[in-house]
Amino acid sequence: MDLQTAAQINSFLAAFVLLTAFGMLVQKRIYSLIHLFAWQGLLLSINTAIVGYVASKHHLYISSILTLSLKVFLLPYILHVLIVRLRIRREVETLVNIPMLMLIGLALVIFSYHLMAPVSELSKLITRSTLAVALATVMIGLLMMITRKHAVTQIIGFLAMENGLFFAATSATYGMPLVVELGVALDVLIAAFIFGIFFFHIHTTFDSLDVDQMARLKEGD
Amino acid sequence: MTVNQIVMECLQIALLIAVAPLFVGWVRMLKCWAQSRSTASLFQPYRDLLKLFSKDVILAENASWIFRFTPYLVFGTVILSGAVVPMLTTKLPLSPSADVIVLVGLFAIARFFTALAGMDIGTAFGGMGSSREMMVASLAEPAMLMAIFTVSLVNQSTSLSHIAEVMYSGHAVLKPSLAFAFIAFILITLAETGRIPVDNPSTHLELTMLHEAMILEYSGRHLALIEWAGMMKLFLFMALGSALFVPWGIARSDSLLMGLMAGVLLLLKVGASGVVLVLIETGLAKMRLFRLTEFLGSAFLMATLGMLSFFILE
Amino acid sequence: MILLVLLGVPLAAALLLAFVGDRKLAPEINILGSAATCVAGFALALEVYEHGPMMAGGKFFFVDAFNVYLAVLTSFVSMTTAVFSRRYMRREREHGRVGQVRMRFYHAMYQLFIFAMLLCLLTNNIGVLWIAMELATLSTVLLVSLYRTPTAIEAAWKYFILCGVGISQALFGTVLLYFAAEKVLGEGGDALLWTNLNQVSGQLEPTVLSLAFVFLMVGYGTKVGLVPLHNWLPDAHSEGPTPISAVLSGLLLNIALYALVRCKVLVDGSTHTHHAGNIMMGFGLLSILVAAFSLLRQKDVKRMFSYSSIEHMGIATFAFGLGGPIATFGALLHMLVHSLAKSAIFFTVGHASQMHRTQEMDKIQGLFRGNPLVGWGLMFGVMAIVGMPPFGIFTSEFLILTATIKDAPLLTPFLLLGLGVAFAALFRKVQPMVAGEIPSHQRPLKVAHFPVLLHMALVLVLGLYLPDFLSQWFHTAVELLK
Repeated sequence: MDLQTAAQINSFLAAFVLLTAFGMLVQKRIYSLIHLFAWQGLLLSINTAIVGYVASKHHLYISSILTLSLKVFLLPYILHVLIVRLRIRREVETLVNIPMLMLIGLALVIFSYHLMAPVSELSKLITRSTLAVALATVMIGLLMMITRKHAVTQIIGFLAMENGLFFAATSATYGMPLVVELGVALDVLIAAFIFGIFFFHIHTTFDSLDVDQMARLKEGD
Repeated sequence: MTVNQIVMECLQIALLIAVAPLFVGWVRMLKCWAQSRSTASLFQPYRDLLKLFSKDVILAENASWIFRFTPYLVFGTVILSGAVVPMLTTKLPLSPSADVIVLVGLFAIARFFTALAGMDIGTAFGGMGSSREMMVASLAEPAMLMAIFTVSLVNQSTSLSHIAEVMYSGHAVLKPSLAFAFIAFILITLAETGRIPVDNPSTHLELTMLHEAMILEYSGRHLALIEWAGMMKLFLFMALGSALFVPWGIARSDSLLMGLMAGVLLLLKVGASGVVLVLIETGLAKMRLFRLTEFLGSAFLMATLGMLSFFILE
Repeated sequence: MILLVLLGVPLAAALLLAFVGDRKLAPEINILGSAATCVAGFALALEVYEHGPMMAGGKFFFVDAFNVYLAVLTSFVSMTTAVFSRRYMRREREHGRVGQVRMRFYHAMYQLFIFAMLLCLLTNNIGVLWIAMELATLSTVLLVSLYRTPTAIEAAWKYFILCGVGISQALFGTVLLYFAAEKVLGEGGDALLWTNLNQVSGQLEPTVLSLAFVFLMVGYGTKVGLVPLHNWLPDAHSEGPTPISAVLSGLLLNIALYALVRCKVLVDGSTHTHHAGNIMMGFGLLSILVAAFSLLRQKDVKRMFSYSSIEHMGIATFAFGLGGPIATFGALLHMLVHSLAKSAIFFTVGHASQMHRTQEMDKIQGLFRGNPLVGWGLMFGVMAIVGMPPFGIFTSEFLILTATIKDAPLLTPFLLLGLGVAFAALFRKVQPMVAGEIPSHQRPLKVAHFPVLLHMALVLVLGLYLPDFLSQWFHTAVELLK
């Protein structure tokens, strides 16, 4: 595979990562959200493997396998088990003003591009152009966390942000050093167990996973 | 401008006029198959048109010239659009003078007059249909322009013929921006030609109809012209999609033989797109009117993402 | 070797405590583990004091004057907090607020948290620094929700989500930093080592570094609890068990600030402008003012002192941003004395709220008479924290104020306003709590004397006289941070 093709595949995958990010932003069904999240992970994993192959950075294969096992299989599986146990499989979230959300998302993409343009110019890697997309994915994950009111979807937003960060590392520098990648994966795994425990706590305490109900701690009364 | 070019131009227009009802018949037939119903003949739309032409025109008392004039205008603009889109060859005599923005403008004129005519009679349905149609238009047109701009940016021209030629040369393959623009184009086609999930072309249910409500007062040859124009518009969008995204097969010279081959290929491509259309239509249900903003919003999103990924990734 | 002990002991203790569970000895093991850590911390400090900065584990660990003093502070405060926690948590168990399983969890996580903080301080790799910081958050999230009350769960959830969001911004900043470093140092783990980066900071791309600093500021700033990223802090610090509040306010905030300052040194080396400093000053000043005015509205005593932590972190951030030897010296001292004073306050507040079975200030009264140690401890703690002489915070705030008058005179009134409002607010709120008759719902309590007295004594001593070795230490650190 020559560099030209690799760069094209890379940007194509980046575009689809961005698309899944937008998909998650406006998806109301929790079940479909998990699927989208798994797809995003798969795209990232493929992308990492391709970049690793082209740049002959073999530690990226490990990152790729790690992403595949963690973000495509394990985390969606954990989430799946949780939502089945908590009986919220069919739950649909109310989202207000989806077109507005999309427009804000677009603005974030432009903002990220603007922010990352000078950085990308300094880079000579074939993946340099995807850095803006990575930041946009982080930002959209952030937007998702802000706009969602459901504990599970907030967590998916959080994990989507993590995906964006991973993507950023791959596109800016062909991945962080292995020790850091492994540590980050470990942190994500611990976080997964913690939010799993949390879902049950919230569910038993508040009888629902709607975060809006958590409004007891307020200022100025 | 050679004689061949003029001949090709005429052939292309003739093809559009002649084949459009056939395509509609084909789509209906596929749909019947998909829903395991028995089908009408492939040529049923021609018979319908013939029947309408042979009927008298009944005009409302307060119909103004706009009402009478609109069917001809709509028919004319569609034919004019057909003359611009490279269907058989990129070397059309009209192609240097017209680009995609003109095309969008032509569609807008037709829509504007249809909406006026819908309100002209003063019936409730007409006005309602016009207002709904304009709502859809106000959302679909920016998205359409955005998608077209994306394609234009990639190919560095707004001329349809030039776009097709650049696409031909193969430099534009595997670009995310084009993929996004293509998805956006599909969504917009569904909206612009009044298909499910935006509008249902086969019902006249007052609660949901958009396009049909506007033309409810038409009869006889007026109705025939408008319906025919609608069929041509559907065909034209398919041909436009083929010219913008999969131009392979369109002749790049004015040779008649190549043109003939292009015609055959075009029919194949459009026929295949009919299958896709039917798949989409059977897979989806019609949306509520107020969810259309979401639908067209995502078309706009796709088109804009296409443009952004052109800047960011290419 | 000492490093290994310092990091290994809490980790081993965490495993041991997870295994031991809620036996009678668990709190003692907890204290023992923390004490061993503390001894190792002092030994390490001694070694660094004698031999200067050192590296270990193939450059993976790096100890200099700046982080060793924080390591000593961390291990020391976690030891005294473990002592305090023995009495405190026993009482909580008697009240039935926590069960067996949760006590096992509490002790194990406490040690893991200390491990994470020490790893943060001692690692040389800024990627690992990030990981350890996240680990510190994750290990405390479930401690905040230990009581499983709706408010505790809400607070912990907020803590988890907001810090998670914040810290991911810091990771993005770290990626950018690595991006710049890779060009100069080549790829691989070495390019993330702080010492290597510091050597070549002049060659790092300034545009990338200033951008990276914005992300790092937002990320670690969230953990420091700077306004407007502070939303989680008052909740998390007030809803958890008091020993956890003490270490969160006293230690974790310092660690986050440490990470930020380390990054600032790199950015300054690259840009040669005051860009990073200005951002820090802005965030710091805003934190001081907003926190000071928020103090006026508080009803919950632990919540109020969490706001006070925001204010003090704001002061330290402001001082680091200001730069210059005096301000940096003041900031270092401030981190030390605030940490000691604030944890002492939380110890007394914890006991006070156990005596009254509530954290509402209206219902806490007559502490002087009810329990003189708690009452006077709180009073002196508050006097220390608002910056009254002769306590150590007065010294540090005085230094910072002097530096501000010299370097940024226009900001002085704002700084003074913040300090003044905080002073007034805290005194007004605390006075009714300590004075007055003993209310009927107050219950006598066996309190842990040792931690409170030790902390207050240290704060007092540091105000009256700064030992030579400490001031020399700070001078070295100031040199490092220039």
